[in-house]
Amino acid sequence: MVEFMQQMVNGLSLGAIYALIALGYTMVYGIILLINFAHGDIMMVGAYVGFFSITILGSNVFVALLTSMLACAALGVLIEKIAYKPLRNSTRIAALITAIGTSLFLEYVTIFFLTPEQRVFPAEAFPLLQYEIQGLFISNKDIFIIALAVILMVILQYIVKRTRAGKAMRAVSLDQEAAVLMGISVDKTISFTFALGSALAAAAGVLIGIYYGTINPLMGIIPGLKAFVAAVLGGIGIIPGAMVGGFLMGILETMVSGYGSSMYRDAVAFGVLILILLIKPTGIFGRNDSEKV
Amino acid sequence: MRMKRCLAVLVLLLFAVGMVAGCGQKATDQQTPGAPAGEIVVGLNCELSGGVASYGTNAANGAKLAFEEINAKGGVLGKQIKVLERDSQSKTDEAMNVSADLVSKGIVAQIGPLVSGAVAACTPVMNENKVPLIAPAATAPGATVDEKTGQTFPYIFRACFLDSDQGVRMAQYAYDTLGVKTAAIYGSTSDDYAKGLAKYFKEAFEAKGGKIVAQEGYVSGDKDFKATLTKIKAAQPAFIYVPGYYQEVSILIKQARELGITAPMGGGDGWDSPDMVSVAGAAALNNTYFTNHYSVQDPKPAIANFVKAYQTKYNKTPDSFAALGYDSAYLLAEAIKSANSADPVKVAEALAKTKDFPGITGNMTFNEKHNPVKSIVVIEFKDGKLVSH
Repeated sequence: MVEFMQQMVNGLSLGAIYALIALGYTMVYGIILLINFAHGDIMMVGAYVGFFSITILGSNVFVALLTSMLACAALGVLIEKIAYKPLRNSTRIAALITAIGTSLFLEYVTIFFLTPEQRVFPAEAFPLLQYEIQGLFISNKDIFIIALAVILMVILQYIVKRTRAGKAMRAVSLDQEAAVLMGISVDKTISFTFALGSALAAAAGVLIGIYYGTINPLMGIIPGLKAFVAAVLGGIGIIPGAMVGGFLMGILETMVSGYGSSMYRDAVAFGVLILILLIKPTGIFGRNDSEKV
Repeated sequence: MRMKRCLAVLVLLLFAVGMVAGCGQKATDQQTPGAPAGEIVVGLNCELSGGVASYGTNAANGAKLAFEEINAKGGVLGKQIKVLERDSQSKTDEAMNVSADLVSKGIVAQIGPLVSGAVAACTPVMNENKVPLIAPAATAPGATVDEKTGQTFPYIFRACFLDSDQGVRMAQYAYDTLGVKTAAIYGSTSDDYAKGLAKYFKEAFEAKGGKIVAQEGYVSGDKDFKATLTKIKAAQPAFIYVPGYYQEVSILIKQARELGITAPMGGGDGWDSPDMVSVAGAAALNNTYFTNHYSVQDPKPAIANFVKAYQTKYNKTPDSFAALGYDSAYLLAEAIKSANSADPVKVAEALAKTKDFPGITGNMTFNEKHNPVKSIVVIEFKDGKLVSH
């Protein structure tokens, strides 16, 4: 029982990171139907911004988080303006290929300027505290990472559901042309979506740095892919779906490693993607809307 | 259309400039035709750039330091040693080209490349031209032996121990010295190096009567090991063997200690990096051990002198590759001395007869497969410091 509880804690902290990244995927998809493959790399850039604001500026973890979220929000808007906006009316595959190109561009520019060597997140930035409750080991990092993820998701949900900008986002996602007719600026709304999604990815990047201790220019690839699976699992384009999908993925991976075999972990994760696409492509939270003709 | 023509002219021009530059380089090289009477020419074929640049650069630095020391003491057979240093760019095919080029310059022997695959690419060139190659760090068993016929390559030698030796040594250390009877293996499954270590550790540990209670794997780039570690913890092993590279191992050990796993852990020379302490933290690393070629903190005068000389010249601490490069250079000098000739064939014969050569990385005696039979150091992390056993 203690072992099972421990695995749940492990799964939840891993899932919190997946959920934060998956949110960005799902928001962008919900608005412009683009799978933004550069999303994992924006997370990597966020981790580096956090790293440098801690090591060079000497800021604390919260300031580093904020700096990195702001910087990546700007980066997300910039990427949308330069790479995706000119392609908004071309085929979806063109935008998808551009997204992959952007992803490679971010990775190798970082390698060029910052070397492929890993960087060590300073341990002093977040001193580790251990708690042992009847054989169950929880650290302040686990609590921090899960709590922060939940708080950010609640804020996001508030923005989307209760603010004017959120209302505009939902309107654009529902019907772009009708939204324009209602006086909503589609460009601004899409920029806002990229800013929000990228800021969440940046938070995930800094959390990975704190939680695991090292960052490198290719760190975004695998978590990015797993978060993509999580977004599809929850139902791509649906915000609560991404949260649930993220936590489910984390717990699933943990349970496969913990009770099955660690060798099958990734096979199961991507097997889920195939199964979902075969059985219910709209995901757990997806409705089967009939196409408007 | 005009744009295109301009571009074509430009490309042609660039090409021509490249040709001229290439010729220029050749011309300067030809200032050292063959081996002049007064000096012995040695080739360094190392990975100075590219993916494993740190291995090649450090080994080349070690070798150059050794040759400088030898030259300062009057050289070998009264002649100075001249080093031709070339970069294989961490590419297998480039390593082969570099070998062919060096051989045509009349070298007595080549030191490098570092990576086993690149050594294999150079092997045909060296054997055909009958020039010995000393591989400082090729640990793959097949590097010195033709795996089809089982015959030793006559001109290929290595200065390091094999992967199998490392796994066996850690099994001995765990069972005999630490006195553990059960062990778990949790290693990288992405590379042959770690898989080899795991295999040889398992065989040796079980042969001694030990029991492997769990065997798990991760892939390179993984950062979350907690699920598998929790599972291993439930199996209650007295020792955990973690063959792999420091990028993953450092995080793995940190997470193991965070989960309350106090069992001693062990690994191989892939653990040798300053990042181990900065990532995992000194406290988490207590009670962990790894096998290595040598220890920087070894108080033996020869080692202490080497470390000091290296630090003065390059302003950094020599790692295992630097020590192996240094040893390779002295091995060669010793062989030239005992052959009493700088003829590559005679030097190769002398190398094969090397016995009790006192290197930084241990005393070496070549067996019939041109592998040095030598000691393996076990290093313990103690409060962030390396202590050798």
